[in-house]
Amino acid sequence: MKNLDSVFAAYVIGWAVFFLFYLTVAKRTLSLRTEIDRLKNSLPRAK
Amino acid sequence: MTKRLLLGIVALLLVIAAAYASLYLAPEERTMGVIQRIFYFHVSSAWAGFSAFLICFVANLLYVWRRDQKYDWLGVSAAEVGLAFTTVVLITGPIWAHPVWGIWWTWDARLTSTFILWLLYVSYLLLRTLVEEPDRRALLSSLFGIFAFLDVPLVFGAIRWWRTQHPSPVILGGANSGLDPTMKMVFFFSAFAMHILMIFLVMERYEVEKMAGEVEVLRREVEVV
Repeated sequence: MKNLDSVFAAYVIGWAVFFLFYLTVAKRTLSLRTEIDRLKNSLPRAK
Repeated sequence: MTKRLLLGIVALLLVIAAAYASLYLAPEERTMGVIQRIFYFHVSSAWAGFSAFLICFVANLLYVWRRDQKYDWLGVSAAEVGLAFTTVVLITGPIWAHPVWGIWWTWDARLTSTFILWLLYVSYLLLRTLVEEPDRRALLSSLFGIFAFLDVPLVFGAIRWWRTQHPSPVILGGANSGLDPTMKMVFFFSAFAMHILMIFLVMERYEVEKMAGEVEVLRREVEVV
């Protein structure tokens, strides 16, 4: 089928953009969760 | 957490079903052939992107009115997600255009206004990195976000108001436009799936802002103690 490779490319690249975006969000969430835990742990010690 | 996870699973299942329907269930368009199947992904991503920018616009207005940080968090979350969807539109459009028009890109009203929309929301996010004070950052970016949204109706209307290289609308395009009923059903299902994905991504991104806010509060507490 003519242009099937273009259809495939559009879907794959499109989904890759969404997946990469989700990965960056998940990475930021994980790093902030670690920071929150660290700060919460340092609070009683500071008191 | 559980609600968001559930919504994520639903969004994933819906977009898989939408991709299947777009590639296998929708009938083949007579003039363009198989390449027209990009339509279901390209246009539904554009609609979901517009909706994300609308959420951002409403959140920006509410921030200016109420000065509640939550609206600023929602605004930036929706702007980032809208930008991701518009990036997909700007990538899939040229992939569709090249075999059909013989060119990847042309500076017509629809394509140019979409590219400007993308640049406006990149600027919105850049602006936020330049202002350190949270309240000032929220106010300035909200005002900029309200201005940036003015391009959305321009993008929507570009193919209705001017003659463009980009095809005329087949959905909401007036009496002389239309789609085969199965194509229409597949398109609306794809648009619905993309909207669920967009809502899921906005919720995930909002959580990042909420946690960043919590980190700021905890840091201040640690400094005081």
